[in-house]
Amino acid sequence: MILIGERINAGFKDIKEAIINKDPDPIREWAQKQTEKGATYLDVNMGTASANPDDFLWMIDTVQNEVETPICLDNNKLNVQKLAIPTCKKPPLVNSVLAIDEKMDEIFPTVAEYNASIIGLSQDAGGSPKNADDRMVQAGNVFAKAMEHGLDPDQLFLDPIVMPLKFMQEQAPEILKAAGQYTLFSDPSPHIVCGLSNISNGAKNKSLMDRTFITMLIANGADAAILDVMDDELVNAILTAELMMNRGIYADSYIEAFRG
Amino acid sequence: MDIPKVNERWTSQINEVTIGATADQGGTRSKVITVGGQTTLPGMTFEGDIPNSPVIAGYVSDVVPEWPDFLKKAIGNEINSPTEWAQKCVQEFGCDLISLRLNGADPSGDDKSAADCAKVVENVLKAVDVPLIIWGCGDDDKDAIVLQDCSAVVKGENCLIGSAKESNYKTIVAICKADNHKIISEAPVDINIGKQVNILLQDAGYDLKDVVMFQTTAALGYGLDYVYTILERARMTGLKGDKLMAGPQLADVGGEVWRIKDAVASEEILPGWGDPERRGPSWEAACAADYLQAGADILVMSHPSAIKTIQETITQIA
Repeated sequence: MILIGERINAGFKDIKEAIINKDPDPIREWAQKQTEKGATYLDVNMGTASANPDDFLWMIDTVQNEVETPICLDNNKLNVQKLAIPTCKKPPLVNSVLAIDEKMDEIFPTVAEYNASIIGLSQDAGGSPKNADDRMVQAGNVFAKAMEHGLDPDQLFLDPIVMPLKFMQEQAPEILKAAGQYTLFSDPSPHIVCGLSNISNGAKNKSLMDRTFITMLIANGADAAILDVMDDELVNAILTAELMMNRGIYADSYIEAFRG
Repeated sequence: MDIPKVNERWTSQINEVTIGATADQGGTRSKVITVGGQTTLPGMTFEGDIPNSPVIAGYVSDVVPEWPDFLKKAIGNEINSPTEWAQKCVQEFGCDLISLRLNGADPSGDDKSAADCAKVVENVLKAVDVPLIIWGCGDDDKDAIVLQDCSAVVKGENCLIGSAKESNYKTIVAICKADNHKIISEAPVDINIGKQVNILLQDAGYDLKDVVMFQTTAALGYGLDYVYTILERARMTGLKGDKLMAGPQLADVGGEVWRIKDAVASEEILPGWGDPERRGPSWEAACAADYLQAGADILVMSHPSAIKTIQETITQIA
């Protein structure tokens, strides 16, 4: 499973303050802690704390000076992403691009040039997808465009767009259905990723909901998630679900081995 | 029309493990043996690199095994002396290294003392200049004492010591860390236990890059089928990035084939099966060739003509 640590995000107060005060310590600390917990990528997002691309590059540098874990560049401006990609020491994961031709044509060449990966959203200019079929159409466009630009399926992370259960309950089965269909695009399939905490947005029992939904997503082919890697129960559930999908070899101490 | 490339793309590399130490490296071997390091399955050189060919370790025991007479005859009188047997394996049979089994230590057999076993190891080390694989007798309690002494007399020689199981891994780790030897991790035809033993070795502070994996070898029927698929699956898992399964693999063909009736029984017992003097070595060669394809990096073998056949096979596929 590809675990993308969500914590270096200005949505969290300590990170927001760190960006405003140019204090590297909280960023270093979370880079270290999430890496120790087994994060495959570290999401870096400056949110509304700054509009200056230099601050984004500073965050990336701060992380890279602390750990070797590759970066998940989380910024909604593609021109900033294009600036950031070449500064990454290891091929980054670009988070994200909408299923809109001009946007994809803008970012895919840089992704290909730097052997990076990218999250393609199942969403176009028309707004959020309404059901599984909608998601399939959007993801299909992303997949076709990525192949056109010479990306390998391994460089593409399709996101079915997870929505809050509390407010859009009917979407959960549609998301799962769509994920299952994404696995059929190619063999080997592109990666299937989600922003997991969206499912529990605004709800109680957040951790339980995240944990339950990720195991269902894994059963439908998901192999990556942006999540709270500090949540041991969540990661344990993921490790277990992956074995149940026969994606690795079982050993009695599989949890300890991951933490080792 | 272009035919699309269907080459498998593996993301990871099998660990490279070196056995033996030359004078420069603090040992006395004339050369070292390195196995592993590949980035693809056996023979698939168009998909990745295979930097080191599989090797053959000559089976040597401190006491004469309960083997059929024709096999003992094929090896020669030297079978009665572990040092002469080892020399013959290297000089005449062309083995790359020696796999020495201290069967004589078995408490239900000759029950030889640790000191006696250590003497044998010391003598074999002096008799040949190739790297050594050293096994106990398989009894955990006895091996704890025997291997400790045997390991000490070859300190600095970077031997491969067998074997660590769930039941005794702490002892083996302590011995091998003290004397700087490599470890064989053993599992009873069970890939899950194979992985578990590796986890335990890692937890005990032993570097998995110094481990050779061993599934107790089978030489017949379902057993062969199971072990073949385990070796293959372990290798693919290692190539896909599971660091716990990325070790080179060993198959004890010579230690197993001669225990099965089908390879050794006479024509009176198995009418129509042909002369066991031809059948036996063919059986050993067939098993070894199977395991080569499954992903074995070290083949322990005993019959000289089977060894010769597999040496040719290795040359052909490498």
